[in-house]
Amino acid sequence: MEDIEHIPKELKLIDAKGIRLDGRRFDELRPIRIEAGVLKKADGSAYLEWGNNKVLAAVYGPREAHPRHLQDPAKALVQCRYNMAPFSVTERKRPGPDRRSVEISKVISEAFASVVFVEQFPRTSVDIFIEVLQADAGTRCAGLTAASVALADAGIPMRDLVASCASGKIGGVVALDLNKDEDNFGEADCPMAIVPRSGEIVLLQMDGHLTADEFDKAMDLSINATKQIYELQRDALRRRYASVAEAAEQEAMREPARSEEPPREMPPDLPPEVDDL
Amino acid sequence: MDGREPARREVVIPGDLLNGHGLKPGSGTFNEGGRIYAARVGLVAERDGLVSVIPLSGRYVPRPGDVIIGKITDLGPSHWLVDINSPYPAPLNAKETPWMVEFGDTDRYLRVGDVLLAEVVSVDEAMRVQLSMADPQFGRLTGGQIVEISPAKVPRLIGRGGSMVAVIREFTNVRMFVGQNGRIWIDGDPEGVHHAAYVLRMIGGRGPAPGLTDAVRAYLEAAYGRRATTPADGDDDGGH
Repeated sequence: MEDIEHIPKELKLIDAKGIRLDGRRFDELRPIRIEAGVLKKADGSAYLEWGNNKVLAAVYGPREAHPRHLQDPAKALVQCRYNMAPFSVTERKRPGPDRRSVEISKVISEAFASVVFVEQFPRTSVDIFIEVLQADAGTRCAGLTAASVALADAGIPMRDLVASCASGKIGGVVALDLNKDEDNFGEADCPMAIVPRSGEIVLLQMDGHLTADEFDKAMDLSINATKQIYELQRDALRRRYASVAEAAEQEAMREPARSEEPPREMPPDLPPEVDDL
Repeated sequence: MDGREPARREVVIPGDLLNGHGLKPGSGTFNEGGRIYAARVGLVAERDGLVSVIPLSGRYVPRPGDVIIGKITDLGPSHWLVDINSPYPAPLNAKETPWMVEFGDTDRYLRVGDVLLAEVVSVDEAMRVQLSMADPQFGRLTGGQIVEISPAKVPRLIGRGGSMVAVIREFTNVRMFVGQNGRIWIDGDPEGVHHAAYVLRMIGGRGPAPGLTDAVRAYLEAAYGRRATTPADGDDDGGH
């Protein structure tokens, strides 16, 4: 709300032709770019640009859960930390967790806990870190979308990627993917995250007011958009692992008779030098 | 939206539908409504009536029969706790060693910080791990150095039928143990260890390149100025 002054009162968020402040139509997304595997030390990572949002996601684990009393003997914990950099918004944001980021961390953790096969890793935790470097509304969706790619990059078994997008209402019109000004001066914002393959909704929040009809419309817009986002996520992962596939293909061509890994049942030539000890 | 069918050798992404007619879901996959989907990023493999996804990344998850390199992190009167580079600490019982360890005498045999080669005996559903180094092929490792790579890269390091390990040994003459948990112990003359460590990092590096075996061979041939005696199993793609 810090930059309220620069918007003149009479300015329309969406004009008579249905064009928004940044030139988009009601059902258009901002440009999105995703890069997987950008951090060396993390088990999995992703960098995402979504309009003017810039988000970095890192995943560690499964690793031993600490403190110990949080460990669940039956399944893994999915712990997420959403954090905004002090320089991510126009007015300096006081560093550290606040009410908003604690809430976002919680809903994102829960969204992922429903797709990760947590029962495969009892007593561990999967730690997700989302750092918002530059914010322009829709950062929880951006963070979730990036974290989902980072989780897959970390090799964590899950049922599907999670894709996320927000819809809202500006100037009386239901519109997709609000930017900062639209979020601040619009009537409603409704972020959601879905599991594209099954259509399950794993995150749904709303700020402001929508009628039931408007809400249905917003849902439809978001669901359609998440399909596009899902493709971008998959594409980022494919690019990340393309060279591996190529290598495997080459090796497969060399020796077509065998599959590409020494099967575990007949242990490889290990340990190789028995007499060395 | 429904997952699509990847061609063989293609990288699959969580949620991809696998072509598993008449096959059972193996590791890295799951069954939903009678169809088999990939649960993680990896390469598809069909073996023994199972479709599985071979991981390309991820932490080490112990399995019975794995040979691992562990570090002692703690000791009790009749056991040691071993860090095996996985989410789960693994106890090594005093009975599972070649020695007759008296109760309370564990620190006379292995101390915190010691490194050992051992075998995973069992892993139960709660992921409780049991180690053993009773077999004479296992034991404490002294001297040398340890290089850590991603556990998902270990099969690549071993190569087809141990070809990669054989190439590294042939040139550098190092003694080498490969742990399934991504730890590799090497020892030998300093130059050999240097080159072996370089090659291991090449394999373990994050961006794996196609033709890795050839690249390793090329590096070693250049470093030692001679050709490999084992024939290259493909066209050498020349100087890297």
